[in-house]
Amino acid sequence: MTGHNGAAAAAHAAHGAGGAAGHDDHHELGFLRKYVFSSDHKVIGVQYGLTALLFLFVGFVLIALMRWQLAYPGEPIPVFGRLLEAILGPEVAFKGIMSPDLYNSFGAMHGTIMVFLAVVPLAFGAFGNYVVPLQIGAPDMAFPRLNMASYWCYFLGGVLMFASFFIPGGAAKSGWTSYSPLATIADLAHHVDGQTFWLLGMVVLITSSLLGSVNFIATIIQLRAPGMGWMRMPFFVWAQLVTAFLLLLAFPPLEAAGLMQLMDNIAGTSFFLPSGLVVSGRPLEVSGGGSPLLWQHLFWFLGHPEVYVLILPAMGIVAEIIANNTRKPLFGYRSMVYASMAIGFLSFIVWAHHMYLTGMGTKISTFFQTTTMMISIPSVIILTSLFISLWGGSIRFNTPMLFALSFLPMFGIGGLTGLPLGFNATDIQLHDTYYVIGHFHYVVAPGTIFALLAGVYFWYPKVTGRRMNEFWGRVHWATSLVFMNLVFLPMFVQGLEGMSRRMYDGGATYAAQEGIHGLALAIKLNVGISHAAWLLGLAQIPFVINFFWSIRHGEKVVGDNPWEATTLDWATPTPPPHGNFASPPVVARGPYEYSFAGRKGDFTPQNQPA
Amino acid sequence: MDIPYTVQARPDTGLYNAKVGIWLFLASEVMLFGALFSSYVLLRVGSETWPQGLLNVPLGTINTVVLICSSITVVLAWASLKLKDFGSYKLYQGVTVLLAATFMVIKSFEYRDKLTHYWVRLNDGTEMTGHIEGKPFNWTKATLSKPELGLTEIHFHPDPVPAATGAHADSEAAHGHEGAAAHESLTIPVSEISRLESFGPWRSTYLAIYFTLTGLHALHVVGGALVIGFLWGPGSRMWRSDPERLTNRVEVSGLFWHFVDLVWIFLFPVLYLL
Amino acid sequence: MHEQNAHDVKEATRKYIYVFVALLLGTVITVIASFIHFGNHAVNIGVALFIASCKAFLVAGYFMHLISERKLIYGLLGATGIFFVGLMGLIIFANADQLFTGFR
Ligand code: HEM
Ligand SMILES: [Cu+2]
Repeated sequence: MTGHNGAAAAAHAAHGAGGAAGHDDHHELGFLRKYVFSSDHKVIGVQYGLTALLFLFVGFVLIALMRWQLAYPGEPIPVFGRLLEAILGPEVAFKGIMSPDLYNSFGAMHGTIMVFLAVVPLAFGAFGNYVVPLQIGAPDMAFPRLNMASYWCYFLGGVLMFASFFIPGGAAKSGWTSYSPLATIADLAHHVDGQTFWLLGMVVLITSSLLGSVNFIATIIQLRAPGMGWMRMPFFVWAQLVTAFLLLLAFPPLEAAGLMQLMDNIAGTSFFLPSGLVVSGRPLEVSGGGSPLLWQHLFWFLGHPEVYVLILPAMGIVAEIIANNTRKPLFGYRSMVYASMAIGFLSFIVWAHHMYLTGMGTKISTFFQTTTMMISIPSVIILTSLFISLWGGSIRFNTPMLFALSFLPMFGIGGLTGLPLGFNATDIQLHDTYYVIGHFHYVVAPGTIFALLAGVYFWYPKVTGRRMNEFWGRVHWATSLVFMNLVFLPMFVQGLEGMSRRMYDGGATYAAQEGIHGLALAIKLNVGISHAAWLLGLAQIPFVINFFWSIRHGEKVVGDNPWEATTLDWATPTPPPHGNFASPPVVARGPYEYSFAGRKGDFTPQNQPA
Repeated sequence: MDIPYTVQARPDTGLYNAKVGIWLFLASEVMLFGALFSSYVLLRVGSETWPQGLLNVPLGTINTVVLICSSITVVLAWASLKLKDFGSYKLYQGVTVLLAATFMVIKSFEYRDKLTHYWVRLNDGTEMTGHIEGKPFNWTKATLSKPELGLTEIHFHPDPVPAATGAHADSEAAHGHEGAAAHESLTIPVSEISRLESFGPWRSTYLAIYFTLTGLHALHVVGGALVIGFLWGPGSRMWRSDPERLTNRVEVSGLFWHFVDLVWIFLFPVLYLL
Repeated sequence: MHEQNAHDVKEATRKYIYVFVALLLGTVITVIASFIHFGNHAVNIGVALFIASCKAFLVAGYFMHLISERKLIYGLLGATGIFFVGLMGLIIFANADQLFTGFR
């Protein structure tokens, strides 16, 4: 906020009298101001999107390399192993063999990058920025310069995270959750270590998402076009609004925790370090008296809402695409809206279901178990409404719709496998096994990422004026769906057999030592999973080529509304100019008036006068 | 299309954009400081001893008064703009910035006080708190052995109360550590010292949370003062072109400033008095 | 506080001065109270936090105009308050087993 005031005032002084940032379109802007340091929500949305896709790729590369180590422990990684040795040095990748430290770094950074630098920026930063102002009929975000600051903070956070691979000691090694005291003592040899970078990066990223969420909420509250009442907002906007609230109120405690762990890391405090800590046989010279559990509480206070930050925008995208391609109003729009609010509220009071095994008392465990079961109800309401929306529709099976449709069962599997985790009795067996990995990847990978891909195919024509190739889109969809399931389904089996997550060799040593025969299958499955994961990577090649090729060579769309949609984002010129709308839109009806009896055509845009 | 409601309030919400924005931001700030306060509570109830009387209460009280004064000048500055009295605005807001600077100066003296106060442990296990002659800043054992200092021994003025051990010793080291007994000095050979620490955040979880909370608060003071200073100086030119917008900005920056004051209202008793 | 005329503002200014004086008084009382031992330290903590809350109410209510703010802002702050209480309360509750013997 404060930054915005200053910046806005400075710009104002330069421009003399006049209104807000909207007056930019009166003069030609240079390339830098137009495409790099732009304050236009659409440019920022695209910037977010491209950066996030890049990080999605980085995150994937990390796990692809780790999967080699899991499938063939201790063997040199073909081709890329030598590359790793050349870039990161022989200490971590001698002769192309991944060292335990490197494995830990890659694991921690895979999670961090995927969650904080890829999926959330794509779902919230990219789609939210591009689509929300269009769908509510606004000329831009409420605070355009703040929006720009938000992107650049994100960028800086990304740079810090990425740079940490190359510092002495390597990147953070303690999981995306960075549990203390492990995170603080993981690299005592270096004063400024990967964890320091991780924490600094997180503080910057959190700042970015705070700026973003303030902006989103203010925009949705203040800039809705005339007639755009609350219950006329597309479900996507609702989902983004709830998401913004989660980010606004859940992230600050992690920022506080991050600052405290940063103090532990560089100033030698003991916020999260208990008394009597002994490292490598020597007592640690710190004051002690801290609470490791405090970190977990503050982390999961964000961590759980964060998983809904990952899923809600995805549900929003899927809802838009389903309504559009079934040519029917969404079933139970209102209950979906209320359900998303309920999710938002409840997600703040379920966090300790990640901590059942920390020795909390039974009373408090029961409390969190109860709230966890409660929160699955609104999730099921949304999913069921989306399923029922298909009933009796004349469905158009185009690429976005195929991705959106497969989101439904995939998210279903992810959500249902969450229930056994939510009961504290069953979680004793499942906690920290591959079952958990399977659970959340089903929600995030074939769930959220499919929805995001659906969104890319769906809004691409609005952004570029051309469609992506339909045939290759289908190839992308079909292969991705198969390989996704081949990767994640076996993980449930592994987890049920007791295979622990975060094991350097996939549990081979453990199984051999203990003579655990059950694990034999789990370890064999590792090989298959790894191959499926690499094939999943190959399956993205058609997408990448399609994405770039179509910018210039895709089929040009005729008209501004190629999907014959009702919402305001399709009422803009294509691509939308600065300021978005040719004339200020006035909303006269709800968001999904498809196939109303007695109407001309099968859809009525929201801004068509009554 | 221009962005609507940048100056005038939107009829159905009754608010202009920046006002919505600042309140959202403050809501997140509540959660930020709320998490730190929660940590304070948890660390305190989980600790065996909690140092008391380690801070300088008179200085803390003065700083509290300074912040309260700055809050009233901020609100009077805004009221002056509402009354179209640009001169008083300049006066009040100038005083605000000066008060902010005063706060920071006093705060930095307090910090220096802590970082020139020492805890030392000797090879035979004796522990003491006190001051090193010459009031050096934030020395550690590593500093002592720096060749360029050429130290073989230090002159140490123990705190008046005989030091017990650990965190408890800290709480005994009540105010007035420069009191009567301060002139009696011990000479300690550097080789005798096994560990030396100033009363920085590393000393105890109490000092850790003290430095973190007040440090974060101080950052807010600086940030707020910069914005208010901008609107007092170059930013105030807007009074001629768009007075209403300037008034809004002053109101919004004022809301932030009051929040910073409000945080201090809790910090003061929690850290200094209890 | 919206769209006041000059008279309202002058009226409000008087209020601000009262609040200012009350805040100074509150500060003095807190400091004095901290030197009185009420027998149990918990009472001291309670008294200090009570005074701080009163001061906070004055600042938020009058300087920040929360006394007469829009519904939207009340809603936002109400929600934030609930989540803050949840955060602090549940964390302490979750640690209650270790912190207070006899709790289970
Ligand atoms: C709908 C009902 C859901 C329930 C009942 C549920 C329950 C749980 C529980 C109890 C755990 C902790 C498991 C353990 O560590 O032992 C967990 C982990 C996790 N869940 Fe869910 N979940 C649900 C939906 C989701 C959704 C929608 C997402 C994300 C989009 C998600 C993402 C995650 C993640 C990332 C973890 C693992 C965190 C980690 O330890 O690294 N979950 N879930
Ligand atoms: Cu969770």
